[in-house]
Amino acid sequence: MSEHPQTLLTVTGLTRHFGRVVGCEDVGFDLWPGEVLGVVGESGSGKTTLLNCLSGILEPTAGTVSYTDRTGQVQDLYAISEPRRRFLMRTDWGMVHQNPRDGVRMRVSAGANIGERLMAVGARRYGDIRAEAGAWMERVEMDLDRMDDMPRTFSGGMLQRLQIARNLVSKPRLVFMDEPTGGLDVSVQARLLDLLRRLVTDLGLAAVVVTHDLAVVRLLAHRLAVMRRGRVVETGLTDQVLDDPQHPYTQLLVSSVLQT
Amino acid sequence: MRGYNFAYLDEQTKRMIRRAILKAVAVPGYQVPFGSREMPLPFGWGTGGIQVTASIIGADDVLKVIDQGADDTTNAVSIRRFFALTTGVRTTEETAEASIIQTRHRIPEKPLTADQILVYQVPIPEPLRWLEARETETRKMHALAEYGVMHVKLYEDIATHGRIATSYNYPVLVNERHVMAPSPIPKFDNPKMDHMPALQLFGAGREKRIYAVPPYTDVKSLDFEDYPFEKQTWEHACALCGSRDSYLDEVVTDDRGGRMFVCSDTDYCAERRDAGHVGTGAPVTYGADAAE
Repeated sequence: MSEHPQTLLTVTGLTRHFGRVVGCEDVGFDLWPGEVLGVVGESGSGKTTLLNCLSGILEPTAGTVSYTDRTGQVQDLYAISEPRRRFLMRTDWGMVHQNPRDGVRMRVSAGANIGERLMAVGARRYGDIRAEAGAWMERVEMDLDRMDDMPRTFSGGMLQRLQIARNLVSKPRLVFMDEPTGGLDVSVQARLLDLLRRLVTDLGLAAVVVTHDLAVVRLLAHRLAVMRRGRVVETGLTDQVLDDPQHPYTQLLVSSVLQT
Repeated sequence: MRGYNFAYLDEQTKRMIRRAILKAVAVPGYQVPFGSREMPLPFGWGTGGIQVTASIIGADDVLKVIDQGADDTTNAVSIRRFFALTTGVRTTEETAEASIIQTRHRIPEKPLTADQILVYQVPIPEPLRWLEARETETRKMHALAEYGVMHVKLYEDIATHGRIATSYNYPVLVNERHVMAPSPIPKFDNPKMDHMPALQLFGAGREKRIYAVPPYTDVKSLDFEDYPFEKQTWEHACALCGSRDSYLDEVVTDDRGGRMFVCSDTDYCAERRDAGHVGTGAPVTYGADAAE
C-alpha cells in the first residue's frame, strides 16, 4: 500500500460496466500533489464515467481508487465508510460540473453558495463566513456587489466562477473538472482558463480535467490520458502527446482540430 | 358512540401507531414512518395529531385542544367534539387540568408538567425539504448528520433581512443529534421545548411521519454565534389582561388603523383576568388618519 507514499491518488484496474455496455475498462494511473491530469477523448469514450468513479459518485465494477489524505494515510475510496467518503468529497475534494447549475444551489445567493462548505464543517460566525465568501469572490474575479444576488441572475461565465469559488473555499487538495469551459464563448473561456491556471498554481491544487477540447488541456494539464471506448490508449506529457501522437486514434484526434 | 371503536381507530392501527411512537421516543427528533389512515377530515386539518391522540388516549384522560392558542376556534372545537363523541373522555379548556393537549401553532403559556403529553399537528415534518427534494437524500443527510444546509438558510435570512427572519417552524437540534421541524409554532415557543417536563409527540398525517421529544431533552434552536437566536417581543402588553410575557395576536378593530394586541393563549388570558389582572382594554392606533 505504501508503494507510492507520496501520490495523491492511485488508481488501479478501474472498471465500470453498465450491464453489457462498457463505461470504462481497466484504467490505472497515479496523480501527484499539484499535478493536473487531462483526460481527452470523443463523446462516449468513458471520460465522465471515469471521473464519476474517481470522485466517489459512481461505484466502479472493479478496481481501486486510493487517496492519500492530509495526515498521510492512504484511504481506499470504496472501502471506507460512506460518511467518511462524503466528508472527503466536501472538504478535501472539489467537483466542477460542466453545467454550473448542477453544482450551484440556484435558490440561494452567491454568498450562501460559497459559504455552504464552511457551514457544513461547522463555521458558525456569520461575519467570518461572509468575509471568506467575499475574499473568494475577489479571487475568482467576481463583483462583490453581486454577493447577495441569486445565481439565476448571473451569466454563464459568472456561474462557472461561482461554482469554482464554492468548491475552492474549503481549500481542497484535489479538484475534478468535467468540461469546465464547456458552453462558454471563446473570450470567456480564455479568461476562465487563465483563472483556473493561476488558481491551480497558487494553491498547489491537483486536478483531473475531463474535456474534449484539446486547447483546454494544452493550457491546463501537465499530463494527458487519451481515452477511446472506455480504455486509455495513450498517456504522456501533454505537449508530447499532442505534438507527437503515437496511437492512431490520438493522431486522428489531434489532426481533427482545425488549425487557425 | 355505537358502531365505532373507542377513539375511532381500530386496535391494530393504534398498536401500529404506538410502536411508531415508542420508536420516536427512543430516538429523539427522528422521523418514524407510519401507516397513516384516512380520517373523517381532510389532510392538513390535524389528521396526524388526531391519530397520535387516538392511540394514546384512555378513558381517564382529560383532553384539551388548541388551534392558534385558542380553545374556541373551528379546528379546536371540532377535534375536541370528535374525541368527546368517540371516547366519552372529559374535555377541558384549562391547561393545568388536561392530561393530553393537542395543539396546532402554539405551546400553552403555562409551563407543562411531567404528567402531561403535548401532541402537535405537523404539516411538513422534514426540515431539510426546502433545499433537498429527494426523500432518499434527506434521510441520508439525517443519518450522517449533514446539517450544513440548515445554516445556509439562516445565512440567507441574514443576508436578505439583516437578521434571522424565520419566525415560525424555526429549526431545532434535538438531543444534539437530529435537526427537527418543530411544526409551525412561533419561534417564541421554541425555548419552551427545551427540557420540557412533558412528553412532546408530533404527528404528520399526510406525510406519514411521527417524531417525538422525550421529557427533559435538549432542544436547541439553530443560530450563528454573532446572530444568536432571539424570540419575538412586543411593544405592547395584552389589551385584555396586561400580560407582557405572552405571545400576542394583532387584532384589527376598525378600518382606520385601529388594532388590539391580545394573548393568543385564550386560557392563559382568561385565567389572568379572573385573577384580577387588567389591560388598557383600548385599541392601539397607527397611521395618519388615526390621529383625530
